[in-house]
Amino acid sequence: MNTGSARPMRHSAAIWGGTVLLAVALIALPFALTAVGTAWVRITNLAILFVLLSLGLNIVVGFAGLLDLGYIAFYAVGAYAYALLASPHFGVHLPFWIAVPIGAAIAAVFGILLGAPTLKLRGDYLAIVTLGFGEIVRIILNNLSQPINITNGPQGITLIDPIRLGGIDFAKTEAFLGLAFSGPVKYYYLLLAVMLAVIFIGVRLQNSRIGRAWEAIREDEIAARSMGINTARIKLLAFAMGATFGGIAGGMFSAIQGFISPESFVLVESIMVLSMVVLGGMGNVWGVVLGAVLLSFVPELLRYTVEPVQRTLFGRMLIEPEVIRMLLFGLALVLIMIFRPAGIWPSAVRKRELAHP
Amino acid sequence: MKLLEVSRLKVNYGGIRAVKEVDLELAEGEFACLIGANGAGKTTTLKAICGVLPAAGGTVRYAGESIGGTPAFALVRKGLVMVPEGRGIFPQLTVEENLRMGAYARADAGVAGDLERMYALFPRLRERRGQTGGTLSGGEQQMLAIGRALMGRPRLLLLDEPSMGLAPIMVEKVFEAVRSASRAGVTILLVEQNARLALSLAARGYVMESGAITISGDTASLAADPRVRAAYLGEGE
Repeated sequence: MNTGSARPMRHSAAIWGGTVLLAVALIALPFALTAVGTAWVRITNLAILFVLLSLGLNIVVGFAGLLDLGYIAFYAVGAYAYALLASPHFGVHLPFWIAVPIGAAIAAVFGILLGAPTLKLRGDYLAIVTLGFGEIVRIILNNLSQPINITNGPQGITLIDPIRLGGIDFAKTEAFLGLAFSGPVKYYYLLLAVMLAVIFIGVRLQNSRIGRAWEAIREDEIAARSMGINTARIKLLAFAMGATFGGIAGGMFSAIQGFISPESFVLVESIMVLSMVVLGGMGNVWGVVLGAVLLSFVPELLRYTVEPVQRTLFGRMLIEPEVIRMLLFGLALVLIMIFRPAGIWPSAVRKRELAHP
Repeated sequence: MKLLEVSRLKVNYGGIRAVKEVDLELAEGEFACLIGANGAGKTTTLKAICGVLPAAGGTVRYAGESIGGTPAFALVRKGLVMVPEGRGIFPQLTVEENLRMGAYARADAGVAGDLERMYALFPRLRERRGQTGGTLSGGEQQMLAIGRALMGRPRLLLLDEPSMGLAPIMVEKVFEAVRSASRAGVTILLVEQNARLALSLAARGYVMESGAITISGDTASLAADPRVRAAYLGEGE
């Protein structure tokens, strides 16, 4: 009895201690990064955006098992929606808490637009259609400058409103409690809050009734139907929810960058987000977060380290940093896929699925 | 009132009319079987009843309402559950996860109790509860498929060839469970190639031949019918 009650208490104490430590670290992080260079705060913000995107794509690919190669299109839709609703382009300046949800809703509609005609497709066929969808969205954005100039074509949209929340302007540096809060630092906290909310939703979904329905569809769609699962609706829900997360991330990207163009939403970006999901561990929220963080930071770290390392080892630079960066990155991907095919931190069921295909 | 009334059902399958005209009915709590040779249209009939295939003509009424065109998942929620041939087990979910999935459409709190009942009905599944569905033997998978269907608390259970490919000892165990479900009040329509087995279990039977019902009646009289004996029970004149 004694040991029985002491054990879970010690266990929960460790969890609480760890959570508090992690919280302190996350709060202090931007100041530590600012000391190294503001660029690192920006890199971190971009990494958080990729975490949001990966968690969104994880719903479609990881939970429901629907391979989507055009996911970045929803990011683009969210980004352009915000840009058009909060910039001098149309002279509309909606506040972010209206513009971002509108962008997310439009992205959700696009999710259903992609999902509805592809309900009967699976695997490779679905991948091809989604790939095409991603390209169609990008090409439309690139060409929708005539006859009416909506997206401003390849020039993109500039001077997008930064986020303003109450009296806080996210574009300016402000002092608070003797600390300087620069724009990127403020965005960091906002993104952190959004990310925690999205992680919370993701974890809840993973263990929910809807999550079980997605699991059933992933395993055997016909059997899922004979369990009483409305497979069409539940698949559309996956597309819509995934797209919503993408739209939110897109809106925030727009506000943070202040400038967007179709070039930010190319196929490689979709592949990148998919790599984060697959590498981290499809279907497991924490694995996906880890994958997104690693794939966002490792290339940046390499960018700053390959040059000095070569100079100390060989006395001069043999290979351009940009080249060796992608080389090492590719090598890391291949190695992880060989040694941990289900991802670095996979979900239990996904691990089984990949072990016995 | 009849729980299931099928009248003048016609179904096309792969470009041919697999079911030409079928009339059958089941009262609440009844256990009936549908026997016939390979390709007689038995499975097609079942699939049309449970909404997997569309009917080309005729009507299917379940619990007093016409269910033509109702999608399969919606019928499951009304208690019309089919265990398909080939079982449809979720291969990478554990036995217990498979069973729980069977209760997906239910909202009540009795799931844990039903899970215990399934384990009592199939002790083998309890032994294998943590094992994945794909690693079970054929007989165990059939038990799991039936257990999973029962987890949905069906009112009408359609079973398609549950004895297919099973060792005789497994057939015995599977049918013991079917019998006990029937005793518990579930209405059952069993499709079987093994006519002898089906006739010994069910109370009433239908014989199907090239897309139509040719003989029907209580199973005792069917088993005594010389046509049935000659064609399906392998006994000469």
